[in-house]
Amino acid sequence: MQLDAIKSEALAAVDAASTPQELDEVRVAYMGKKGKITELMKGLGALSPEERPKAGQLINQIKQSVQGSINEKLQTLKDAELNAKLAEEAVDVTLPGRSIEAGNLHPVSRTIARIEQYFADIGFSVKTGPEVEDGFHNFDALNIPKNHPARADHDTFYFNPDVMLRTQTSGVQIRTMEAQKPPVRIISPGRVYRNDYDQTHTPMFHQVEGLMVDTNVSFAELKGVLHDFLHHFFEEDLKIRFRPSYFPFTEPSAEVDVMGKNGQWLEVLGCGMVHPNVLRAVNIDPETYTGFAFGMGVERLTMLRYGVNDLRAFFENDLRFLKQFN
Amino acid sequence: MKFSESWLREWVNPSLNTHELCEQLSMAGLEVDGIEPVAGEFSGVVVGEVVECSQHPDADKLQVTKVDVGDEALLDIVCGAPNCRKGLKVAVAKVGAVLPGDFKIKKAKLRGQPSFGMLCSFSELGMGEDHSGILELPADAPIGNDVRDYLQLNDSTIEIDLTPNRADCLGIKGVAREMGVLNQLDVLEPSISEVEETTQSTRKIDLLAPKACPRYLGRVIEGVDMSAPTPLWMKEKLRRSGIRSIDAVVDVTNFVLLELGHPMHAFDNDALQGNIQVRFAEQDEPLVLLDGTEIKVNADTLVIADEQKALALAGIFGGLASGVTQHSKNIFLESAFFSPDDILGKSRQYGLHTDASHRYERGVDPDLQHRAMQRATALLLDIVGGKAGPIVEAVSTQYLPVRNKITLRQQRITRVLGQEIAAERVHDMLERLGMHVEATETTYTVEAPSYRFDIEIEEDLIEEVARIHGYNNIQNQAPLSHLTMNAHEESKLELNQFKSLLLNAGYQEAITYSFVDPKKQVALFPEYEGLVLPHPISSDMSVMRVSLLPGLLGALSYNQKRQQSNVRLFETGLIFTPSNSEKTGVEQTPYIGGVLAGNTHDEHWAIPNTPLDFFDAKAICEQLIALSGKAGDFTFESAVHSAYHPGQCANIMYKGETIGQLGAVHPKHQKLLGLNGKVFAFELKLSALESRQLPLAGTISKYPVNRRDIAVKVKESVETGKLLKSIEKIGISDLVDLNLFDVYQGQGIEPGYKSLAISIWLQSTEKTLEDSDIQGSVDTVVEYLQDHFGATLRD
Repeated sequence: MQLDAIKSEALAAVDAASTPQELDEVRVAYMGKKGKITELMKGLGALSPEERPKAGQLINQIKQSVQGSINEKLQTLKDAELNAKLAEEAVDVTLPGRSIEAGNLHPVSRTIARIEQYFADIGFSVKTGPEVEDGFHNFDALNIPKNHPARADHDTFYFNPDVMLRTQTSGVQIRTMEAQKPPVRIISPGRVYRNDYDQTHTPMFHQVEGLMVDTNVSFAELKGVLHDFLHHFFEEDLKIRFRPSYFPFTEPSAEVDVMGKNGQWLEVLGCGMVHPNVLRAVNIDPETYTGFAFGMGVERLTMLRYGVNDLRAFFENDLRFLKQFN
Repeated sequence: MKFSESWLREWVNPSLNTHELCEQLSMAGLEVDGIEPVAGEFSGVVVGEVVECSQHPDADKLQVTKVDVGDEALLDIVCGAPNCRKGLKVAVAKVGAVLPGDFKIKKAKLRGQPSFGMLCSFSELGMGEDHSGILELPADAPIGNDVRDYLQLNDSTIEIDLTPNRADCLGIKGVAREMGVLNQLDVLEPSISEVEETTQSTRKIDLLAPKACPRYLGRVIEGVDMSAPTPLWMKEKLRRSGIRSIDAVVDVTNFVLLELGHPMHAFDNDALQGNIQVRFAEQDEPLVLLDGTEIKVNADTLVIADEQKALALAGIFGGLASGVTQHSKNIFLESAFFSPDDILGKSRQYGLHTDASHRYERGVDPDLQHRAMQRATALLLDIVGGKAGPIVEAVSTQYLPVRNKITLRQQRITRVLGQEIAAERVHDMLERLGMHVEATETTYTVEAPSYRFDIEIEEDLIEEVARIHGYNNIQNQAPLSHLTMNAHEESKLELNQFKSLLLNAGYQEAITYSFVDPKKQVALFPEYEGLVLPHPISSDMSVMRVSLLPGLLGALSYNQKRQQSNVRLFETGLIFTPSNSEKTGVEQTPYIGGVLAGNTHDEHWAIPNTPLDFFDAKAICEQLIALSGKAGDFTFESAVHSAYHPGQCANIMYKGETIGQLGAVHPKHQKLLGLNGKVFAFELKLSALESRQLPLAGTISKYPVNRRDIAVKVKESVETGKLLKSIEKIGISDLVDLNLFDVYQGQGIEPGYKSLAISIWLQSTEKTLEDSDIQGSVDTVVEYLQDHFGATLRD
């Protein structure tokens, strides 16, 4: 009877303990050196040898039961304590994170990067060159002799008659062909300059020019490459047309139009087969090699791709404009 | 060039509508830039005759008319035009007519007089600006005819934007020829007959610059009546081609210019003294142009002169003194071929651009002068009457352009175009283009006509073939080429890697103009003289940048003025510094730079607002440098530079060379640059960063690392970076890392001194270090600092 009372008393005490400390006090009170259950164990000696095993068994059962209950309770209390701690550590996950807002490439750079990627995929490498050019690389080697109307039409920024801001990146093509024999496959992105400033012209803008020279490069291939490029660039099945045009450095020459959303043709590219005089100027035999070249205005492509209306926005660098291109 | 569609159709009339015709022109390389109707939308306007015309009883400026429009009754119409008179054929908008702008004609009373319609001016019919009076129709205009039909107003003005090589299409004749080839139609040219010579008056011509003018034709026409008006049909053709009617003589020369593409000029024969001379001008020779401008002609400019003085800029513009006026009685007509080389660029020199110079610069058919002269004479005599003298021709055949024979190979066409075009088709195209062709099985020997002086080589002919065949009829092909692998040097960093770093650090990429405001640039960089643009867009874009800073700070200012408080921008690009060693006189160096202002972070619930300072700018420089894996080769040295705050500026050194700078922008520039608050900037030469050290893997020690902290007190003036770097150089073999973790001034440190707390990390690859080894190394450091930096160890 006394045993049952101690057991229920101990279990009640375990149940009542609300902290690990209190629980430990319960353990000491019952199972410590002078604990009530320990005392019961000590009292076994006073019993007869016949009674002893049964009583011992009973006390042990009680002890195990209490110990089990303590362990269980301890786990519960620890869990509760951890949960309380975790609850305390809970955050509002909807609060914004702590970071620096990353910047964006300028839309012009972004377009150039895309163009580079398409052409890199088919083995073109990227070349750059000087922006202050000499007459040979900007004009003469491109079959634009002095007094050529194309030279007057260019609205060139001259520093003196033989030094100017480049009006196209073609000088890079010339330098490449001076240094490297065919096959040549390059594109040259960069700043170019024309003395013109209004709604649709800025005195500085960007071009990407491309050049491919090999033993059997043809106009049909030029068409194929540019057709694919425009489709991939705009990610749309655009209507494209090649229209005869004139550039001193290509023959035949073409302008390429794409059909805009408004049903109007929009010019996006100039291109053609490299003029034999251009090849000769860099000691490439036009009988052995043929080539094509093309040039595109990066701002124009960017405007079409992203719906930019005002060309001048590109050079104002208004953060509100730039941050849209993320 | 602008021209009237119906005029073109008089020459060649393919069964295409306006839109199709324009499409065809564009696709043949004559790009159509605009299509405009030649008149406004209107209906119910008929030819009428004013049969009675009298003063309105109650209005000075009005007349009361009776007009015959072919109906049973005459119409009473009140008209306010000063040229309204009895017998005039007029355009009558009857009651019920609708004029442009949806203006409906109704019965009306004007000052008490009834009016059943309106007599129309050009402007009221949307036919130009002229509203000085009512439209005067020819006397033979049939009464009652619809004016739209009678004047063929269902016509368009087509504007084509011609490439410089297609000067042959600067006249109806050339455009018609193209249409003929494209549609395989014959072209109907108006017949041009020889004019009978009815006077023997001539004027001699001296070709004193035969290379510049190999052919000059002149003709005297005597007894002209300059009061004779230009007929309406001619005025209309001119108007629909964008040219205003002036007087009969000018109109005729302009008509020939439009029709044949050949410019002409007329002089008042009585204003000429002696022979006509075609010569280069004396330097600064004076000339008053037709528009009254006085110019001094340069010696490189060809002029038409008489024996006394220069009369006109050859092929560009006439002179006032020799010009035909209302009072002229006798005229001298010029039809000449000037070499494009000698005309090119000249009109620009004088700020002139005329229809004549536009054509002569690009080239005029050298065989067309006679025809043009005959055409103009015949038209003139019809209008102003007079007697034509014989044509005097001065020619220097040796300087006339020579047509070469060009060999065109069938196989080359296929090779260049990537598609075969049937030989018969090629032959036909070339002949329709006016070429003289001799064909063998594999080649053609081609001679281009005089007007196709742009055709010089085989490729020009291939382009013609491709053009007529249609570029879009050539199949697209994927290129076949020799695959060559591109080199990708691992030891060279791509620009994109630097850009990515900056983007991730919160910098926005900017692109600013390469030309900047010299005032701002000089304030920041007085040591450089930037390359000056002789003809800039504006003075604030007139000098090439010697640094990325002027542009970037401009962009920063732009944003600060638009309530952007935290701004970080970077740019990459060339800077232009004068250099005698470069052929162009300028060194063009790729740089990367940035500007920053505001706080380290945008306002945030969990981040304190910390203003940016020097070390934010330095951090980004250090990160850029770290990309190259060569941080050890770079040092920062305090510097003084006009752009920067004298106490917050550093030169960035690489192997002894200054390759960049950073710092706080000097506050004295704030006002000039429009900056607000503290602004920091940096820029580095890309070439110093681009080459990267390839990794060389070392052994990772398996023994424990030991950290010992020391705190030393040094004078404030000691440069900490140098102190740290020197520790690395003492030569302590087990030193693996060194970290400055505190810099302290204040209580416990006397003024003028600072305390540096440094952790020293020691580790051996061979053994676990003993305390005595460690202490030895630490003592070495401390002693070194005592000896070299006057440092004292703090407890």
